[in-house]
Amino acid sequence: MNREDFPMLDNNIVYFDNGATTLKPKCVIDEMNKYYMEHTSNIHRGDYDAALKTNELYDNVRNIIGEFVNADPNCCIYTSGTTMSINMVVFGYMRKHLKKGDEVLLNKAEHASNILPWIKLSEEIGIVIKYVPLNKDYSLSLDNIKKCVTKKTKVISLAQVTNVIGDVRDIKSIGKYCHDNNILFNVDGAQSVPHMKVDFKNSYIDFLSFSGHKMCGPTGVGVLIGRYELLEEMEPVFYGGGMNNYFEEDYSYELKSIPTRFEAGTPPIAEVIGLGEAIKYLMNIGMDKIHEQEVKLKKYLIDKISNIKNVTVYNKTSDSGILALNVDGVFAQDLSVFLNKYNVCVRAGNHCAKMLKDEMNIKNTVRVSMYFYNNFEDVDKLIEALKNNKEIFNVII
Amino acid sequence: MDDNLRREIILENYQNPDNRGLIDDDSYLKVNTNSESCIDNFDFMMKIEDGTIKDIRFDGEACAISTSASSIMTRKLIGKSVDEVKKILTNYKNMIEEKDYDEDILGELNVYDHICKQPNRKNCALLPMVSVEKMLGELENGK
Repeated sequence: MNREDFPMLDNNIVYFDNGATTLKPKCVIDEMNKYYMEHTSNIHRGDYDAALKTNELYDNVRNIIGEFVNADPNCCIYTSGTTMSINMVVFGYMRKHLKKGDEVLLNKAEHASNILPWIKLSEEIGIVIKYVPLNKDYSLSLDNIKKCVTKKTKVISLAQVTNVIGDVRDIKSIGKYCHDNNILFNVDGAQSVPHMKVDFKNSYIDFLSFSGHKMCGPTGVGVLIGRYELLEEMEPVFYGGGMNNYFEEDYSYELKSIPTRFEAGTPPIAEVIGLGEAIKYLMNIGMDKIHEQEVKLKKYLIDKISNIKNVTVYNKTSDSGILALNVDGVFAQDLSVFLNKYNVCVRAGNHCAKMLKDEMNIKNTVRVSMYFYNNFEDVDKLIEALKNNKEIFNVII
Repeated sequence: MDDNLRREIILENYQNPDNRGLIDDDSYLKVNTNSESCIDNFDFMMKIEDGTIKDIRFDGEACAISTSASSIMTRKLIGKSVDEVKKILTNYKNMIEEKDYDEDILGELNVYDHICKQPNRKNCALLPMVSVEKMLGELENGK
């Protein structure tokens, strides 16, 4: 659906790399162009018409985000993306509030951006990371989480939807459990917020991160949302212009209020405006409709793919548009190079989930990740290419 | 080179690579090369005695190009002096990067003379070269 909105689709491609980044609709590109062509100016400093317009658009994006995920707009911080958002949580809040021996629960399906910052924090202050075991289908259950919780558990940090398996975690139940047990709940929403309705306030989430470019928005912008009382206790990771009230020779300084104090320097203005437009665009389509389309496509793909004997699919049951597969005896990257010859864009590798190999016993897969603008014809083209996989080495060498 | 012959040599070396499999021997130099630009990941080990390459072995997970290039290159380098190896590596690198090179020195490695047509695969073809260079560098630093 809505294929006509995406100029990239005029290039005769089957775009199945949406987990990495999504295509951009023309309305987002136009809105960003307008900033560059009609009202280029910095924010919060100018008294001329272009600057006033930029201010208005830029500030209003917080309201759009708040409406989109049911959060207080003042608690929505612009970042460069999910990676920066999680790093701000870990090094701005957790470093100050956790101590040696405190336990953080992760799991091995997580993306590097929700593991490495914690490893670094452990190196710095001695927190202990525990990995909650996954189920046989690589999903994560609240029961398994509960089994890992001890008196020292202070944080549970996880992706609502994982980027290789695509399983949807029940964050409302996990959030409620965290809330009842005085455990902080950090959610990586990079693969969920673009694809389904996410409710910050009603899911007992303490921190939520997501990226603009994975949801029809531009690269270089993302969001961190935190509960107000936690943000009050969070320290900025970056200091500079735009985030302070004053600073003096005697070392004194005062920071601005939330969220501005977390946005030092000139932000990605065009990108924030583009993100606002992207969110409006998604809300207009409807998040339930988007999720429904992706699940429908995945079901169709699985039906078709099961007829190809030498293809292994690792995540048939997950409730999203992500499919991880391999062709027997073919290295994942060779398969993705082969699919490119059919103009099918996929991604090969470990997809930054480098510990998942411990659970799956396989390091690399080809990931097909779908979005609402994909259609049955796209799936048919992929299936056609996969059916010809016997030809792979004649094609790629 | 004829396309079919090129494909045949690469495929044979991918499916039945020579010198694949590591051994437990501390007299070897060792290095891991995790490609910066793709997902190839090979461990290499090399034994040098009296300035001559006695053995090179490799193992890990990598694509058809990396694997076949590692097979062909290890076969080519074993038995050569360090100076000869450096000359081969320089010419090989020049070939991959579309600079002047001496094709007579490279033998079967010439099968990768078309890899420049697939820029995303250049690093795959270069992986064994980078690995051997790293080990030679370690050897020289250790001297």
